[in-house]
Amino acid sequence: MRYVDEFREPQLITRTADEIRRLADPQRHYRFMEVCGGHTHSIYRFGLKDLLPSNIELVHGPGCPVCVLPMGRIDDGLSIAEQPDVIFAAFGDMMRVPGTRGSPLEHKARGMDVRIVYSPSDALKLARHNPTKHVLFFAIGFETTAPSTALTLMRAKAEGIRNFSVFCNHVTIIPAIRAILDSPDMRIDAFIGPGHVSTVIGCRPYGWIANNEGKPIVVAGFEPLDILQSIVMLLRQMNDDEKKVENQYKRVVPWEGNRGALKAMAEVFELRPYFEWRGLGFISQSALRIKEAYSEWDAECRFSVPGVRVTDPKAAQCGEVLKGVLKPVQCKLFGKECTPEHPVGALMVSSEGSCAAYYSYEHRKAAQLTQLTGAAC
Amino acid sequence: MCLAIPGKIIELLAEDRDLAVVDILGVRRRVDLGLLLDDPPTTGDWVLIHVGFAMSKISEMDALDQLRMLTDIGETQAALEEVQGYGSS
Repeated sequence: MRYVDEFREPQLITRTADEIRRLADPQRHYRFMEVCGGHTHSIYRFGLKDLLPSNIELVHGPGCPVCVLPMGRIDDGLSIAEQPDVIFAAFGDMMRVPGTRGSPLEHKARGMDVRIVYSPSDALKLARHNPTKHVLFFAIGFETTAPSTALTLMRAKAEGIRNFSVFCNHVTIIPAIRAILDSPDMRIDAFIGPGHVSTVIGCRPYGWIANNEGKPIVVAGFEPLDILQSIVMLLRQMNDDEKKVENQYKRVVPWEGNRGALKAMAEVFELRPYFEWRGLGFISQSALRIKEAYSEWDAECRFSVPGVRVTDPKAAQCGEVLKGVLKPVQCKLFGKECTPEHPVGALMVSSEGSCAAYYSYEHRKAAQLTQLTGAAC
Repeated sequence: MCLAIPGKIIELLAEDRDLAVVDILGVRRRVDLGLLLDDPPTTGDWVLIHVGFAMSKISEMDALDQLRMLTDIGETQAALEEVQGYGSS
């Protein structure tokens, strides 16, 4: 466990943790879902669980774009890139994500032209510099990243760069929350809303969670104090029997979001009727596709895409972990067949995935402790 | 994926009104301001950058807080790698 004085504002952290203990009813159990993988990472990195009373449970949500991407989409993207003179460009997070015939990095080792880019606009630049090649940008991410892809496509069209296309895997956060709430085994009391997604979409789209589902939601920043403060705000709402959307991350998130970013998304993208999420299955209207006006830059229109479907091994219980029914360590494969080095399920794939974060910070800590104390189990 | 890195705008580029030279963690890179056209930032402003695009304007105090947070969560190296990658292809 981290000592409180290791934090940047130890007194404030202590006061906030005390307030949480004061507000939490010892007679009840609270289950709060942090939707965003960035929050999950912070919670484990700072050992925030140790500062909370045992009756407050943090459940890790679906907000890790790499984790929820079905393996078949990786296979599809790589199969396009197997065609002659195609450069496969993607963010670094994607490079080690396994497809059925290996990750992009393994394809690179076998001769595919695979490039890491840090921005969609750098993928477009690659196309400008390689006019005899076709650059395929493998786009992933929630609403934080989708506007950048949209603007890049608008630039490609305006400049008439035709040796560039996007294989679009952008997803939207609201339908994923809805799927979790609709699930019959759903057991979440309230939500810690995503910080950076909300810089784009604002706070208004969460209204139905409070109004229709009766669940409080607080959009939060990523510092330990932000997360603890958002828990205070959730507890206050629950104690006062209120259900509303609140914004703890006002310093970055405007209530109305970023209109310019939303405009770019609306210009380029439309909702897919349905899309598969690894661990959650098919969710209707949960992902973006490229509009017809930009079809020339849509890899799914320009190339034939096999439409591969790969089911996760039955033993992997990613869906249950995503919905908060199971903790990562309760999955049968956790830490055995499924580790960050050899991920079997979705949530072990990226450092923002709840299983990978749990493994990196909690599981190793527990293993070290067992070694130190010589305890056997 | 959720990495958002603060940077300070050093110069707006005359040849492309959507591009600016931004100082991010001591490295100068071209950053796209095209998503902030409703409230365009100017020289000296701080912005939060995600995948090479400025996502929002923030105050200097919040920018410094965010930088400290990146250090606290051990993401400075990843952020620096990302920043150095902008424009390298």
